[in-house]
Amino acid sequence: MSGNPRRGFLGTAAAALAGVALAPGIRLIELAAARAPGEAVTAKVRWGLLIDTARCATGCSECVSACNRENGLKDAGRPRTDAQWIRKIDLSDPKSARQHSAPVMCQHCAHPPCVDVCPTGASFKRADGIVLVDRHTCIGCRYCVMACPYKARSFVHENLTEQKPDVPRGKGSVEGCTLCVHKIDRGDGTTACAEACTAAGHGAITFGDLNDPQSAIAKRLRELPSRALRADLRLDPGVRYAGV
Amino acid sequence: MKVFAALLALAAVLAAGLAFAAGRTAKPVVLIERPGQCVEATEVMRRDHMKLLLHQRDRTVRDGIRTKPQSLAGCVDCHASRKTGSVLGEQGFCQSCHAYAGVRLDCWECHTPKARAQAAGAKP
Repeated sequence: MSGNPRRGFLGTAAAALAGVALAPGIRLIELAAARAPGEAVTAKVRWGLLIDTARCATGCSECVSACNRENGLKDAGRPRTDAQWIRKIDLSDPKSARQHSAPVMCQHCAHPPCVDVCPTGASFKRADGIVLVDRHTCIGCRYCVMACPYKARSFVHENLTEQKPDVPRGKGSVEGCTLCVHKIDRGDGTTACAEACTAAGHGAITFGDLNDPQSAIAKRLRELPSRALRADLRLDPGVRYAGV
Repeated sequence: MKVFAALLALAAVLAAGLAFAAGRTAKPVVLIERPGQCVEATEVMRRDHMKLLLHQRDRTVRDGIRTKPQSLAGCVDCHASRKTGSVLGEQGFCQSCHAYAGVRLDCWECHTPKARAQAAGAKP
């Protein structure tokens, strides 16, 4: 590499060419979607999940335990107040007695009600569509917990120790599914729940960029009829469900 | 002459008293276990580390910028005690100074005070 100065020149030239703009905002060759480590997130990508309930096994909770492991959520033996970022729900149709189940977590809405009601701006939507709580400004009022139609948020009631280095959490603030934001920023390209579901052989959870027509999630969304939970609220969630 | 002697005696007593006081003053323990270049000069870090952390915190949470230089986890990895693996504890890098200055440390209510290698259960 270092022995051939032309390579360096060609690389620079290619990079310069890629950046040639036809008009403001339109590039001849779109730069790679992967973000450089020091670069801020942009709205060019929108992360989301597709949950295929036909593949989701009743009684399986691999996604829930993977989430707890990844984010260091520990069970204090108090199910009414323990933090829960993802849960399995069982659905049954009383007419046909068809039964199936699905995981429900923060739906990462494009128009999140939790952000609308937050008095401090702690509940916010990142440019790439991930809805998060900034614990530095959260005062623990729990308005967002009330506002969320998916019951996706939890409040931390107890002092915590032994948090994961990538997932800081503590008493007095609200939390919820982060779409494994630390994994996304690291470039893993998946979430703990999706990984575990695939490892368990179900493959019911697909993670990806909803804005990229070539992504696995966009391809599956084109094939499968899917819907948003509580589509009547028009929140445009980033999590879609097939077969509900 | 007598006055001079008295003054001299007074000075000696004062000096002894000062030396005694200096010995009794609690000083923070600043253990640099991994010597080398910090992200900024020592003087800057002593005075402005909280400003750097505040700036980096918003960039990380809001913009997803997790580059090394001023990350809190990076601070912990380098400054955690080899003995306890933590920046807390009586001789902990953060705690000993903050106890001395009387400034409350809020970071560790949510962030882990343990170095990443330690947190994962590995030996450094």
